[in-house]
Amino acid sequence: MNRNEIMALQRPGEVHRDVYTSQEIFDLEMKHLFRNTWMYIGHDSQIPNKGDYFATAIGDQPLLMARHTDGTVRLMYNRCPHKGTQVVIDTNGNTGKFFRCPYHAWSFKTDGSLLAIPLKKGYEDTGFKDSCSSKGLTPVRNVHNYRGFVFARLADEGISFEDYFGDSLSSLDNMIDRSPEGRLEVVGSPLRYMHHCNWKMLVENQTDTCHPMVAHESSAGTVKDIWDKEAGDGPKPMAVEVILPFMSSYEFFEGMGIRTWDNGHGHTGVHHSIHSDYSAAPGYVEQMVEAYGEERAKQILGENRHNTIYFPNMMIKGPIQSLRLFRPLAADKTLVESWIFRLVGAPDMLLERTAMYNRIINAPTSIVGHDDLEMYERAQSGLMSNAMQWVNVQRLYDENEADDPVAVYNGTTEAQMRNQFRAWEKFMVMTMAEDAA
Amino acid sequence: MKPTEKQLADFIVQEARLIDERRFPEWLDLFSDDGVYWMPLEWNQEEEHLTTSLLYEDKLLLRTRVQRLEGERTFSQKPKSRCQHLLQVPQIDSIDHGGNEYRTYTPFHYAETRFDEQVILAGWARHTLSVIGGALKIRKKRVDIVNCDAPHRNIQLFV
Repeated sequence: MNRNEIMALQRPGEVHRDVYTSQEIFDLEMKHLFRNTWMYIGHDSQIPNKGDYFATAIGDQPLLMARHTDGTVRLMYNRCPHKGTQVVIDTNGNTGKFFRCPYHAWSFKTDGSLLAIPLKKGYEDTGFKDSCSSKGLTPVRNVHNYRGFVFARLADEGISFEDYFGDSLSSLDNMIDRSPEGRLEVVGSPLRYMHHCNWKMLVENQTDTCHPMVAHESSAGTVKDIWDKEAGDGPKPMAVEVILPFMSSYEFFEGMGIRTWDNGHGHTGVHHSIHSDYSAAPGYVEQMVEAYGEERAKQILGENRHNTIYFPNMMIKGPIQSLRLFRPLAADKTLVESWIFRLVGAPDMLLERTAMYNRIINAPTSIVGHDDLEMYERAQSGLMSNAMQWVNVQRLYDENEADDPVAVYNGTTEAQMRNQFRAWEKFMVMTMAEDAA
Repeated sequence: MKPTEKQLADFIVQEARLIDERRFPEWLDLFSDDGVYWMPLEWNQEEEHLTTSLLYEDKLLLRTRVQRLEGERTFSQKPKSRCQHLLQVPQIDSIDHGGNEYRTYTPFHYAETRFDEQVILAGWARHTLSVIGGALKIRKKRVDIVNCDAPHRNIQLFV
């Protein structure tokens, strides 16, 4: 497909179904979109000590994040320059002072540079020193550690970190500032949930405020039913506090508001959100006031942003301290990872709620997740219909909205989905020649 | 009532049968009021509250699950899932009549199916039981699956 064909996949308020179903387009996403954008790699608390590593991937690219001997976080391709073997295969570990490929014992410093090769004499006068293999593990050049959150852009040339994210970093800031020490730590392993649908469906659903009261009636509605019958006037258990707001009315979600930023980022919950009315953790507000002063503490805790999308495939919940990555595996296959964080210095009750939210809402065993997965996979199958080939994202569409990417809307708009698709096109075609893929 | 080893083992087998026969309200009644059903996310996980689990549910949440499974608008259960437990003979880990606490250990294979897709899980169930009101009740059921940390598809019934 060429640039013009990619651009023809959208028309005002509509997206062609091929963006969800075509493996060719998926492969182009790997080649362009997932190289040209800044992608979340991991959190530096996962690798606190020198020699610690975390193996991951961006799209189909195997990567290795490591804490180098100078204390900085380094990112390199997890691919031995010799025969291609992945140098580490477990997700987490400590490699000591160097990585050693298990195949032929080539070794590399923790920044990826070549340390030693057995029988090195065998490479003398072979031209080896001019080969790409002699450089070691290929580093990713564009890495940015933003307050512990490590991002990378695989393309050597492209948009800067600051220009790419702009004011959307305010959501990450708010999540981090909720720690009295301004610091987060990853807690435990992520939930891993396999979906047989396109990754973009999951991303779109994060700002889809017209589905909770419908798709989740069976879970949140049942909790409401049971709680209404049994509870009386007692305080709500934490689990009930977490799940009941999913049954909020359309008016609630309309009033919640959606904000969009440039480059496909945006968030729900501008004015209030389903996270606004949680019980306070004893002692927490006092800690925050002591750390930040009263006005600033109030400002930090007054934000209740719901879901913030960091385009293309990451979502965070500031008030819950969770992060979800929608990892594309194929046009119809997506692995969802749901991570949680501790607010360093804050009461354990907040982490307890975070962990509870994660398992109740995001687990493969979640009654909320079950119905979401059902909807995505029905859509993935339904989109194969040739009778109608366009997907509608027209709710509250305004033909001038593209002129003003930073805006606040009624909370039931699909403007953020359209914002994502504008960014999708931008970062898909920016490295495509006029007449070739 | 002082349960015998046979009564403890029979209880575990009966519990699995109630799930397999989709007799969920009866299954729910096997739990004490403070009963908990726990599926850790990590291998050898000890922390219950301050890290993620696959499941950690009290009776209110379990009741929600049971009621939801029969709901009119429970879309992920149209059509309904079916499941089957294959249990090893439950082993009695401890009997404490004085403390009213009985622990069992039961390796299992579990199959859950819906449409053409079947999920097979293998693991170990650890039950902590007490006699309450003359009958054995589940205080805690901990289920560790051998691939707890793998990517999973929907697991909708009770392992």
